[in-house]
Amino acid sequence: MSMRDVSPNGTPRIGVYICHCGTNIAGTVDVHALREYAARLPHVVVARDYKYMCSDPGQALIREDIRAHNLTRIVVASCSPLLHEHTFRKATAEGGLNPFYFQMVNIREHASWVHEDKEAATEKAKDLIRAAVFRVTLHRPLERRQVPIHPDVLVVGGGIAGIHAALTLANAGKHVYLVEREPTIGGHMAKFDKTFPTLDCAACILTPKMTAVKAHPNITLWTYSEVVRVDGYVGNYKVTVKRKPRYVKEDVCVGCLECIEACVYKDARFPDEFNLGLGKRKPIYIPFPQATPQVVLIDPETCIEFKSGRCKKTCVEACGERRAIDFNQKEEIKEIQVGTIILATGFKTFDPRRIPYYGYGVYPNVYTALEVERLVNSAGPTGGEVVLRNGRKPESVAIIHCVGSRDENTNRYCSRVCCMYAIKLAHLIKERTGAEVYNFYIDIRAPGKAFEEFYNRVQEEGVHFIRGKVADIYPSGAEGDQLVVQVEDTLLGKVRKIPVDMVVLAVGLEPQPDAEEVRRMFNISCSSEGFFLERHPKLAPVNTFTDGIFLAGACQGPKDIPDTVAQAGAAAAEALALIDAGYVELEPNTAYVVEEACSGCKTCIPLCPYNAISFLEEKKKATINEVLCKGCGACVAACPSASIKQNLFEDEMIFAEIEGVLAHA
Amino acid sequence: MPEEAFGHQRGSTSGAGSDSWQPRIVAFFCNWCTYTAADLAGTSRMKYAPNVRVIRVMCSGRVDPQFVLDAFARGADGVLIGGCHPGDCHYMEGNYKCLRRFLLLRRVMKELGIEEERLRLEWISASEGEKVRAVINEMTEVIRRLGPLHREVPAEREAVEVAAS
Ligand SMILES: Cc1cc2nc3c(=O)[nH]c(=O)nc-3n(C[C@H](O)[C@H](O)[C@H](O)COP(=O)(O)OP(=O)(O)OC[C@H]3O[C@@H](n4cnc5c(N)ncnc54)[C@H](O)[C@@H]3O)c2cc1C
Ligand code: FES
Repeated sequence: MSMRDVSPNGTPRIGVYICHCGTNIAGTVDVHALREYAARLPHVVVARDYKYMCSDPGQALIREDIRAHNLTRIVVASCSPLLHEHTFRKATAEGGLNPFYFQMVNIREHASWVHEDKEAATEKAKDLIRAAVFRVTLHRPLERRQVPIHPDVLVVGGGIAGIHAALTLANAGKHVYLVEREPTIGGHMAKFDKTFPTLDCAACILTPKMTAVKAHPNITLWTYSEVVRVDGYVGNYKVTVKRKPRYVKEDVCVGCLECIEACVYKDARFPDEFNLGLGKRKPIYIPFPQATPQVVLIDPETCIEFKSGRCKKTCVEACGERRAIDFNQKEEIKEIQVGTIILATGFKTFDPRRIPYYGYGVYPNVYTALEVERLVNSAGPTGGEVVLRNGRKPESVAIIHCVGSRDENTNRYCSRVCCMYAIKLAHLIKERTGAEVYNFYIDIRAPGKAFEEFYNRVQEEGVHFIRGKVADIYPSGAEGDQLVVQVEDTLLGKVRKIPVDMVVLAVGLEPQPDAEEVRRMFNISCSSEGFFLERHPKLAPVNTFTDGIFLAGACQGPKDIPDTVAQAGAAAAEALALIDAGYVELEPNTAYVVEEACSGCKTCIPLCPYNAISFLEEKKKATINEVLCKGCGACVAACPSASIKQNLFEDEMIFAEIEGVLAHA
Repeated sequence: MPEEAFGHQRGSTSGAGSDSWQPRIVAFFCNWCTYTAADLAGTSRMKYAPNVRVIRVMCSGRVDPQFVLDAFARGADGVLIGGCHPGDCHYMEGNYKCLRRFLLLRRVMKELGIEEERLRLEWISASEGEKVRAVINEMTEVIRRLGPLHREVPAEREAVEVAAS
């Protein structure tokens, strides 16, 4: 006797539904043959094929058949269960059955879309349907567990994405922990002077938001801090945050900056990180005037007190009664409880040293676009003057697009923002210096709102646009401080050599160097380029595969500020939806011990990564805490007496599937 | 394991004559990485051999050695297990548990006279749709060269092995 005949709930009456998905399935798989085939499988009472099973009428078919034919099990062969399992479970429940009396068969992603041979694809689909029919007879009624959602939210990364998400949530009355690794929030946007395409001043739109974050009663802002550990699951994450010492007490410092003035170093002489080394700072400093929080910090690497212990400590004197400076400050570890998490860790720019012929790091007058953002910034190291390292104003400037983007040797993807910021920088450089500006591009990508118009405007301003990939940059001129840009102009069809004073590399956007570690810590996935992977590229663009963890901004892929803000709002809304529902329903695929069968061998206990299994000493049996069990099934596979079962993935169900895919009818 | 079990109901999946034997491979893919990667191969419309039947489990750590042996007993010519990369398992270390069982299984298979190549374990992350395609194609070819799992004539097996090497 085959095990499929042994149903725990009497003789099943199965309905099988085959979706055409338009032509997505029906174009490759013979859906009528499938229907006829399914109708002959054991216990199948109804078999139908329909254009779109997920549509309302498709779901209605299931509901009505359950009533009309007393169906007790439902099988739908359509797309991936990761996409529509919940839809059909719902339809099954609406028809009056337990939603887990349902099994889904993936004949689109796993058959029609990946095979060309129609006959073979149809045979495969038959095998998969047969497996589901065998399996579903063994299903049991299950209930979803509800777990409460802790209302607090963690936002990681304080760029514009993290700032916007945090403010949205805080304004909705939720408590937010915003954790930023740098001493200030603001991210890349804080470095810009103007933003494309409207050329509005970045600081004017960003600073008020930064201040609002600091002032908001619902936001706990932890800068100079990093998440070091994440435990738990949706609704109940326990997060450990490391707060690095700034050697200045944050709650005492008032941001008067007198200590900086008073430092024994009269002149700033250490490369300043915020200005990418184009400016200098002292050992006690604030990254930039609007830094948030307005709290100074001390760099122990350069501070004399840290190095020799013999500084006059004029800073402490200047601070006086406030006593904010604390050379003994230690790293602090905080533990917080949150229900949802938004990752907004942003991007890093491409390192152009990887393309040696552009000469970055070799020729002093080759700059990255980010450095030039600081030069054109009126609060930057040159007060907004675009000048070369020797102080001279450039008379001609080359801007090279797609550096580290759309290139087989570096990154194949388009970084989406470089064309537009390169056009913006062309405009700003021309405005500030009157120089001749040449933009070297492969294609201009200006698909956003008002982008093309902005491109046209800058063309009309007299910026030259030369279509071609720059092949070489080499020095010339008496002092060798001029640079020649060699390019094959694909519109003129000839090689051109254009001498310039300054070269700007429009570097692409790449994942943060530690994206891999962050991804692991939060148990999410990365796409092949290394950006965080969304749950679905179209329908769940801010969700991840881990419930309760959302994505915002450039950590998910290159994007501009408007798209970043939109995504941050969406991530906040997703978190809010969970919090306001108050609870989530978890998959009931947890494991349990069948006590009578347990031999008390304890094999399972050390296997559980969540310490969900304990040993009942008086009974000499193992027991599983359902709340802690996450349903991996590792203990089930290991139990020597087969006394542990996993709901939805019982051994018998999997054996039935194996039998089903292999048995030819 | 009963002799006849291996030979049972063997034939071509395309229903054509017996000379068009097609390898039959059962795959166990973990929900979070490899199953998702197979979905990605689908949404990317990659084309690969139609010989694999995927059974979804939550984690590769759920794969009981009995599943693998049962698949062989019921007529599979190959079994493929797909899980998250080391360090990436959604349940922390299920894939390491799977790896240990896999190594053990390969030894058992050797004892039973089943070629080791018939069982394969692959780490395939959610973004590696291309790897799903490559692994399935490759494994199908390997099994095709090995031939059906159970062959009556040992001499034939030798001939196949010589030809394959
Ligand atoms: C040269 C250049 C010019 C640009 N000009 C424009 C423009 O004019 N207009 C426009 O719309 N867009 C422009 N962009 C794009 C713009 O920079 C991005 O859209 C925007 O910065 C994305 O914001 P974000 O918050 O996602 O990332 P980011 O700005 O990168 O912010 C991420 C933040 O997260 C922090 N962080 C990272 N990892 C961690 C961690 N593990 N823990 C804690 N914190 C962490 C970082 O320190 C940073 O503060 C430009 C980009 C470049 C490179
Ligand atoms: S979840 Fe993929 S191997 Fe454990």
